[in-house]
Amino acid sequence: MARRDITSGNWAAAEAMRQINPDVVAAYPITPSTDIPMKFSQFVADGLVDTNLVTVESEHSAISACLAASISGARVMTASSANGVALMHEIFPIVAAYRAPIVFALVNRCIGAPINIHCDHSDSMAERDMGWIHLYCEDAQEVYDSLIMSVRIAEHKDVLLPVFVCQDGFITSHCFEPIEFLEDEEVKNFIGERDPMFPLLDVDNPVAYGSLALTDYYFEIKRQQIEAMKNVRKVYEEISEEFYKLTGRKYPIVEAYKTEDAEYVAVIMSSATGAVKEAVDKLRAEGHKVGCLRVRMFRPFPWKDIAEILTGKKGIAVLDRAASIGAGAPLFTEVKGALYDSGTIVPTNSYVYGLGGRDFFLHDAEKAFTDLINGDFSPEERYLGLRE
Amino acid sequence: MNLKGWKDLPPATVVPASTAEQVETGQWRSMRPVWDESKCIHCLQCWVQCPDNSIKTNEEGKVTGIDYFYCKGCGICAKVCPKDAIEMRPEADFI
Repeated sequence: MARRDITSGNWAAAEAMRQINPDVVAAYPITPSTDIPMKFSQFVADGLVDTNLVTVESEHSAISACLAASISGARVMTASSANGVALMHEIFPIVAAYRAPIVFALVNRCIGAPINIHCDHSDSMAERDMGWIHLYCEDAQEVYDSLIMSVRIAEHKDVLLPVFVCQDGFITSHCFEPIEFLEDEEVKNFIGERDPMFPLLDVDNPVAYGSLALTDYYFEIKRQQIEAMKNVRKVYEEISEEFYKLTGRKYPIVEAYKTEDAEYVAVIMSSATGAVKEAVDKLRAEGHKVGCLRVRMFRPFPWKDIAEILTGKKGIAVLDRAASIGAGAPLFTEVKGALYDSGTIVPTNSYVYGLGGRDFFLHDAEKAFTDLINGDFSPEERYLGLRE
Repeated sequence: MNLKGWKDLPPATVVPASTAEQVETGQWRSMRPVWDESKCIHCLQCWVQCPDNSIKTNEEGKVTGIDYFYCKGCGICAKVCPKDAIEMRPEADFI
């Protein structure tokens, strides 16, 4: 019997972790993800989980301890944000190369300087090349569901890659919404037991991880990681289908909202999608044919899905909550690339919005659409909500 | 040399354990420690200080020789020996 409650993205994440009952969690607090290990540590203190909670001295230590536990054979989860994620950066590619299936609740917060605790995607975007799977969640329900699904995706033998489950800091992590929870047994049955590949604790079959691999072998090892990432899509679809049968909740790799007959589409990720959908409804009521495309899976990037939906449109606006200073914004660059490869030229505008938690309003979303409707196309990066 | 393609490599950067045992670090020597049993008092200082576990001993705790498969010729054993029972000689002497 599903249980409904009002909770926040962070608390939903902690609840998912309680039901997943990982073997090890090594974590360090940082706003706005602090709630997650904090709430989880209460579960540990109350004996509600069997987890070995390791309270380390920094995020670098947290991810290092997580990695060691994971390759030992443990099921491992953790959480962090912003410069905490940045401090972990050095270890991230090692986690991916060791094929350690760590599930990581990343609560998006802008990277300093200046110091700012609020939301943008600069922390996770800085890690987009590290070989991890990236999922961006619009709301707390999706965070809860995604953490559970990610345990299976990460541990699947054709994947064996770590996963970032991202949610917008404060906006999703701290605001309350109604959520439907699975029963503890349902989560347990869905995720099953971990069957680790080369666990260090298997002393009868000893292995060494991460030895020196010079100019003769490094390249081949990276190619193996690339292959694993190519398998994610198929595995994701199987697992999300299974999850859909269990819960009735569907999570396509990209979510298309009123795009079929749309002339103009805005592409966006995470919580700001809500404002864009509202703008779509408002403009449609005024007779404009507009739609919204939410990208949920950012790595591996779903070029084909995006190209299929956007081909034939008259104009596209891509909204990024992170800038890539000195180049095109991350989502914009990938979307443009997807269109180019599909052989269609659709004028595509780039907007950077919401940096440092700058609020994104309905009128900002409308502005992106009205620029398109007015035929104001340009490859120059624009800004929504910025004071000139 | 037959180098493997990416499909033939084990995943996750994994290699079998303890492969270091097969590496003949003794090939790296340019100076060789020579042990004079007649001078040795079996104090085991050389065994204690050797960074490569290359001083051979028996069950009675007496030195029996040098493990030249691993010995890299660092000379610490010769330096710490209180009886000068170990002499460092050029590896070239033994070709």
